[in-house]
Amino acid sequence: MSSHPDQTLWSFPGGLELPGHKALSTAGPIEVAKLPKQLVLPLQQHIGAPANPVVQVGDKVKKGQLLAAPEGFVSAPIHASTSGTVIAIEDRQVPHPSGLSAPCIVLESDGEDAWCELQPHADYVNLDPSELRNIIRDAGIVGLGGAGFPSFIKLNPGARTSIDTLILNGAECEPFISCDDMLMRERADEVVHGARIMQHALNAKRCLIGIEDNKPEAIAAIGEAIRRLNQPSISLMKVPTRYPAGGEKQLIRLLTGKEVPSQGLPIDIGVVCHNVATAASVHRAVELGQPMISRIVTITGHAAAQPQNMEVRLGTPIEAVLEQAGGDNGQAHRLLLGGPMMGFELRNRQLPTTKTANCLLLATDQDAPKREVISDCIRCGQCALVCPMRLLPQQLYWHAKAKDFDKAQDYDLFDCIECGCCTHVCPAQLPLVNFYRFAKTHIWAQEREKQQADLARERHEFRLFRQQREKEEKAARHKAKADAVAKGGGEDSKKAAIKAAMERAKAKKAAVQANGADEAPTEAPVKESTAPETAGQPAPDKEPKP
Amino acid sequence: MNNAGPLASPHTRQSSSVSAIMLQVWLALLPASLFGVWLYGWPALNLLLITTAAALAAEALGQRLAGRPIMPSLKDGSALLTGWILAMTLPPWAPWWVAVIGALFAIIIGKQVFGGLGQNLFNPAMLARVALLIAFPLELTTWVAPQPLFSANAPGFIDSLHITFVGVAPLVGGVDAISGATVLDGIKTELARGAELGVVLPDYYRAGDAMLGQMGGSLGETSALLLLLGGLYLIWRGHITWQIPAALLGTVALLATGFHLYDPLRFAHAGVHLLSGGLMLAAFFIATDPVGSPASRRGQLIFAAGIGALVYIIRTWGGFPEGVAFAVLLMNAATPLIDHYVRPRVYGRDPHGKPLDYQRGRFARRLKKQQGGE
Repeated sequence: MSSHPDQTLWSFPGGLELPGHKALSTAGPIEVAKLPKQLVLPLQQHIGAPANPVVQVGDKVKKGQLLAAPEGFVSAPIHASTSGTVIAIEDRQVPHPSGLSAPCIVLESDGEDAWCELQPHADYVNLDPSELRNIIRDAGIVGLGGAGFPSFIKLNPGARTSIDTLILNGAECEPFISCDDMLMRERADEVVHGARIMQHALNAKRCLIGIEDNKPEAIAAIGEAIRRLNQPSISLMKVPTRYPAGGEKQLIRLLTGKEVPSQGLPIDIGVVCHNVATAASVHRAVELGQPMISRIVTITGHAAAQPQNMEVRLGTPIEAVLEQAGGDNGQAHRLLLGGPMMGFELRNRQLPTTKTANCLLLATDQDAPKREVISDCIRCGQCALVCPMRLLPQQLYWHAKAKDFDKAQDYDLFDCIECGCCTHVCPAQLPLVNFYRFAKTHIWAQEREKQQADLARERHEFRLFRQQREKEEKAARHKAKADAVAKGGGEDSKKAAIKAAMERAKAKKAAVQANGADEAPTEAPVKESTAPETAGQPAPDKEPKP
Repeated sequence: MNNAGPLASPHTRQSSSVSAIMLQVWLALLPASLFGVWLYGWPALNLLLITTAAALAAEALGQRLAGRPIMPSLKDGSALLTGWILAMTLPPWAPWWVAVIGALFAIIIGKQVFGGLGQNLFNPAMLARVALLIAFPLELTTWVAPQPLFSANAPGFIDSLHITFVGVAPLVGGVDAISGATVLDGIKTELARGAELGVVLPDYYRAGDAMLGQMGGSLGETSALLLLLGGLYLIWRGHITWQIPAALLGTVALLATGFHLYDPLRFAHAGVHLLSGGLMLAAFFIATDPVGSPASRRGQLIFAAGIGALVYIIRTWGGFPEGVAFAVLLMNAATPLIDHYVRPRVYGRDPHGKPLDYQRGRFARRLKKQQGGE
């Protein structure tokens, strides 16, 4: 199927052949989710800083209008996904493993769904790549594969000025999820157009689109689009269906044979990887001027009444989406956001759909069974066999369990991508990935503490230094004064000094009386005697703030 | 381990369990064990049952003393397997108390003291085997010639109880009936007497018998063929890796062939070494015990080659005719060291564990070459 048959396919170690269950949700076309009465748009739907609201409660907004602007570099704006009124800006519960609340803009739909004025750039080839990145940034586009990293950052070749390979990730290796599959089947042109724009922004020599071979329809559609749009620099690569082939590092290895250096980024080896759905969004943002206001969500699982894919406006309550899809068939055991390998459980259906919500999995007991830990590690080594990063999961487990975090890092804890393969095969049913997450969190916390301790130590040392310096200065002043007095001569000078001080006090009193409320001290004579006292006070400005 | 269950991914699990793996290993051992029972009669069955029962009792006792739950640990099948394997390495007519002491030693000292399943440094069965050999050398080197069940000389069931619980000698026509020296025993003794190998070997070793197991030896160690079949089954099912058996048998075969070519009169050929003693059992069922073997494939190769070399050295120059148990224990002890130094190259890192650098270094050049200069 590859339009460049000479492309070699590489392999990655480990991985799992998992039952895909993709056909469940690919029978019908992508439906459009109904316009809900109310939409809740979290200000943070991406990696980075939450966006900053630029509207106020009561404002009328159009569909596509900017609601919140990015805060700092790593951030993304939020746009109105329909027309209506801003009725609240407040904390609401958001989809997150911890079930926490975060600031959201609540929008009441006016039912008209009217666009604001859009600015398409059909002639993007004439645009400077940096302008292109600004357009993509202003459109609020973030990685739709799951992490939600602001895409414009990954469209910058940086110091390299050009990169070798742009990879579009259409592997979709996680079981059950089919939103990318359906997107490629129905909107292959958008993906290919998006690839062209991304290539332009990155000045990329070639683009490889990697798709798992369990998606023949998507492969056919993308292949057709590449031919029809005559894009010789874009190649389609069929990759074996093997979880986690869609992991960025694994896909890069599969398609280029190169490995992303540990602690590095793909761009270090001249590769940039984006999701196919992100590419389609880039096309819409640039050539149609539409910001990211919707995404395709897979509603699936053996407990879903009508598994399907749906284009959902961001902010639509998950409850409403599930309801439109017929809800569950009574066997729902759990609701997962994302797939069974890397998704997380939702305890509440009143949460909004966000940019990273790729799948709502109504799981039966079979789809996501609850398992008890049945024994300790027997060192069978199955985990090492399936680890796609070639780590030694059991060693990591022992060290994480023993809270020997240095050792865990010695076994490259931070190279773990938390794909869950090791946990999946563990015959002792140990929650291995939990241990790695625990260790990572602990190490991060330790590092934060260490930084704080370092800062506190620096402050303390500076304070001691300052006190010492002031003491020395005071001593020097005293000495100078004493010398001056000594020069004046013995007892007389002492008496003279007392007399002078008394006179100063008298003058001060007189001045206070004369000036009434205005308590300006008589500067000149007082200054000498008060200076050492004020020097003993702390000078807060000089201390570094924590 | 708190909050192990509901919230965290992955949410799917392969339906494998420790007990299922143990069951598979036990099934793979069954043909060779049953053959041993048939070959050496009812006393062999007594030995198997007593050792296994004692191992289970010891496991329960150990768990109880340590304040750990008893039933899950009995159900996982690991104690049963340890007892079973220990019995397979003992002389088939060994008395009951050897079995009981061995099982207690294996489970309590070999496993429970270390903290139970997965924690032990040494293979419990081999540890007990060595302890027994040192403590009771006579009982551990008293071999019987094959007396298949229901054959003329075979002891009946009642006689077998006498053999197991009282003793052997007075019952079965004197010493002759039970003096079935093993191949390795015989060769060692003859060579020590100054005999030439070519002359004496046929008295002890016939390739066909050795293959099938028709000879004196430990209960479950004699049938190389059935052990090989069981081992291949485990490899096919993915429960053991090919690396350990291949490296272990390969090393022994290589050393034996080399020395045999150097001096055929003093050194037995590879066939003798591969088909005698506990080598087959060790290669597929003992050295492959994941608890005491290295985690990485390369580490396993080193580990198994080490066992192979030690086995050959002990058999050829050591004081004991057989060295499998010693070799396994020595390499068990080396496993943490191997695990420390031999690790797979992590994705994105070079073989020394440094982050990959495509611009510098020999490894980067090799990678580039592999990737066709890209």
